[in-house]
Amino acid sequence: MDWQDSQEQAQFRTEVAEFIQTRLPDRYRSGEENNDETQTTGWQADRKSNDASAKESAITWADALAEKGWIAPHWPKEYGGAGLSVMEQFIYNQEMAKADAPPVGGMGVSLLGPTMIVHGSEEQKAEHLPKILSGEVAWAQGYSEPSSGSDLASLQTRATRDGDDFVINGQKIWTSGAQYADWLFALVRTDPEAPKHRGISFLVMDITTPGLTVRPIVDMGWQEPFNETFFEDVRVSTSNIIGEENRGWYVGMTLLDFERSGISGAIEYERTIKELLKYVNAESEDDTRVRDDFESVRHQIADRYLEVNVLFNFAFRIVSMQNSGMVPNYEASVNKMFGSETHQRLARTGTKVFGLYSNLWSEDSEYSPMRSSFTRDYVRSVPHTIFSGSSEIQRNVIATRGLGLPRG
Amino acid sequence: MDLGLTEMQEMLKNGARDFLENECPEQLVRDMEEDDAGYSSALWQKMAEQGWQGLLIPEEHGGAGFDFLDLCVLLEEFGRALVPGPFMSTVLGGAVPLIEIGSDEQKAEFLPKIASGDVIFTLALTEPSARFDDEGVQCEASVNGNDVTFNGVKLFVPDANVADYIIVAGRSEKGITLGIVATDQDGVDITQLQTIARDKQAEVKLNNAQGQLLGVEGAGWEALGPVIHRYTVGECAYMVGLAQMDFEISVDYAKERVQFGRPIGSFQAIQHKCADMVTDVDGSRFIMYKAAWAISTGQSEDETQMSVNMAKAWCSDATRRVVAHGQQIHGGIGFTKDYKIQLYFRRQKRAELSFGDADYHRELVAQQLGI
Ligand SMILES: Cc1cc2nc3c(=O)[nH]c(=O)nc-3n(C[C@H](O)[C@H](O)[C@H](O)COP(=O)(O)OP(=O)(O)OC[C@H]3O[C@@H](n4cnc5c(N)ncnc54)[C@H](O)[C@@H]3O)c2cc1C
Repeated sequence: MDWQDSQEQAQFRTEVAEFIQTRLPDRYRSGEENNDETQTTGWQADRKSNDASAKESAITWADALAEKGWIAPHWPKEYGGAGLSVMEQFIYNQEMAKADAPPVGGMGVSLLGPTMIVHGSEEQKAEHLPKILSGEVAWAQGYSEPSSGSDLASLQTRATRDGDDFVINGQKIWTSGAQYADWLFALVRTDPEAPKHRGISFLVMDITTPGLTVRPIVDMGWQEPFNETFFEDVRVSTSNIIGEENRGWYVGMTLLDFERSGISGAIEYERTIKELLKYVNAESEDDTRVRDDFESVRHQIADRYLEVNVLFNFAFRIVSMQNSGMVPNYEASVNKMFGSETHQRLARTGTKVFGLYSNLWSEDSEYSPMRSSFTRDYVRSVPHTIFSGSSEIQRNVIATRGLGLPRG
Repeated sequence: MDLGLTEMQEMLKNGARDFLENECPEQLVRDMEEDDAGYSSALWQKMAEQGWQGLLIPEEHGGAGFDFLDLCVLLEEFGRALVPGPFMSTVLGGAVPLIEIGSDEQKAEFLPKIASGDVIFTLALTEPSARFDDEGVQCEASVNGNDVTFNGVKLFVPDANVADYIIVAGRSEKGITLGIVATDQDGVDITQLQTIARDKQAEVKLNNAQGQLLGVEGAGWEALGPVIHRYTVGECAYMVGLAQMDFEISVDYAKERVQFGRPIGSFQAIQHKCADMVTDVDGSRFIMYKAAWAISTGQSEDETQMSVNMAKAWCSDATRRVVAHGQQIHGGIGFTKDYKIQLYFRRQKRAELSFGDADYHRELVAQQLGI
């Protein structure tokens, strides 16, 4: 067992860190005024922003990464990626997260691209992959529906064949970033008679296709991260199917062979707790905002620190396994579940530390401790135990797929 | 970075598992609960033939010269098999301090005998105050040249009933002072305590007990630092193995036990307990090995201290959650003496309390975080 970099790993780490240090635009540097806001709206929104400097930053950063093939470091070289090994991807992701540098390319890079590389035709790859890498096209994911969340395979959005086209009717929901996206990849039902997993196809479409409407949904933090997406007789060529017709479920669920450690969460929470400690320890006598009258609060902070360390190890384990050719099974679920729950506990502890001041949501009130970041995170971490497989679903997966307990 | 075991560690682990499955079956564990000595001398000798008592001992003193992380791999297997007896007290409480601060003569005298299984050691640290810090050491020590005389009471001393030598922590006018005390003298009075784990812990009364000075008079607490680190992490390794086994038994039971016409393991309320158990076991394993790694590779004093405290804080609570779920999953059968799951539950508590529970170590973590 070894928690340290090998010489080569250390070298690659330095290369990545130095690159970020020299090339990351000011807008994305931690400590910059508007960093909180850019974090929530992200690179994808900047790219379409009316603010010229935001747009400029997004483009400069994408161009810099593109020089190295680091927009899609996990893609094979032949498709314009950097073909990094799993361990190199891990180090890359670590360094990006440490610098709080925004990943570029969104779901096109992380989800659609890798899926297309495995299942797409050569024409499809040639048409779509370069545009993802150049930042010309951003993608959104249309899987969930109002009646199909955890039970995704029950989805009802219907695609009916009509000559060389599919005609799509139905509704998706929670489509993140669709208001900033150019293309959509979606799971649709192409055979309603078949068993539920076997009648689904994976379709891609231009988001401006007539009949397709995107309507933002406001979340409980008063932001608009996601949307409802409606389909009314949306016509899409049958050549837009990825993989075989009615095999879309399996295309969508492909276990992709890239780094899945989720290390960026651990790094973000470590940064958060260190900032909290810095604040609490630097607090002056007359700062009444920090509640240090209870032993239990100190111990809560210590517990969160411990949990972040446990989480790091869960992430390290996954990449260690992948690096020695093993495929993580329940380990990835442990990571997702424990990470999202740690995130929520961390936010809760922060609100405990600041007591009554945790009411404050505003970032720039003179009264706001740490720009109200814990209060904000207390709200923003809520969906983390819901999306990408809820905590309950993760525990089901661990128990059945991981431990071999019988399905209920 | 690589969180896998090396080939050599895999061999050690698999070899230990096979050996202990044969040589330390459940029946032996149960027998030793009721046995006065609390260990099997036959097994003790076989373990010495495996080279285990001497694993950490340098080759020139008859050992194998492995590092501390390797020992933790072995201790995880000990926890799994619930190996009874004075292994940890001899190796962690005896060999480690001798290796760390023993004189050349002391090393030459004792280490080969530990490695060959000929002597049993233990460490007498705690007293009726039940404190783990230096304030807890109040037993009187008076030094005369290389000799030291102890007067006082040590409490919760593991395996003192069978130990040939006890390393005693006492306090002289110069501060905390260690000595090696032979148990076959009138000044040493040992009374066994009845404990939750039915392991052997004792009250040790020292009445002008004679010993040889170990290390430097007054520098005993500093010398104990690395010993306490290793013993603490060793207890974590034992808890990890114990919890892993408790978890495996519970999952197997959940697959077999049928109620309402289906295995109870198909109920989510049970499944989610199992999922939380594996999360806690795995989390314990890595945080324990991280501390073992910090010790073995000589990371900075601060980092080592922090990782040891984190490991014991986490493992103490997490493994308790595991064994509590284990009992719940078993229903009524789990509460019976005949069924095995309770063996783990009771031993987890012993290890949880040893060298400070989660509250104690969490407080140390909080202090190191500056809060
Ligand atoms: C911020 C955010 C962004 C998202 N982005 C996208 C996106 O870009 N694209 C997309 O397609 N979707 C997206 N989603 C949707 C997300 O995948 C779903 O919310 C998720 O699958 C859960 O579905 P649901 O919300 O319908 O909850 P439900 O499935 O109705 O779950 C409700 C509750 O029931 C529990 N539950 C359900 N089934 C079981 C079971 N078998 N056992 C035990 N408990 C169960 C759940 O754990 C949960 O507690 C996003 C969601 C959020 C919150």
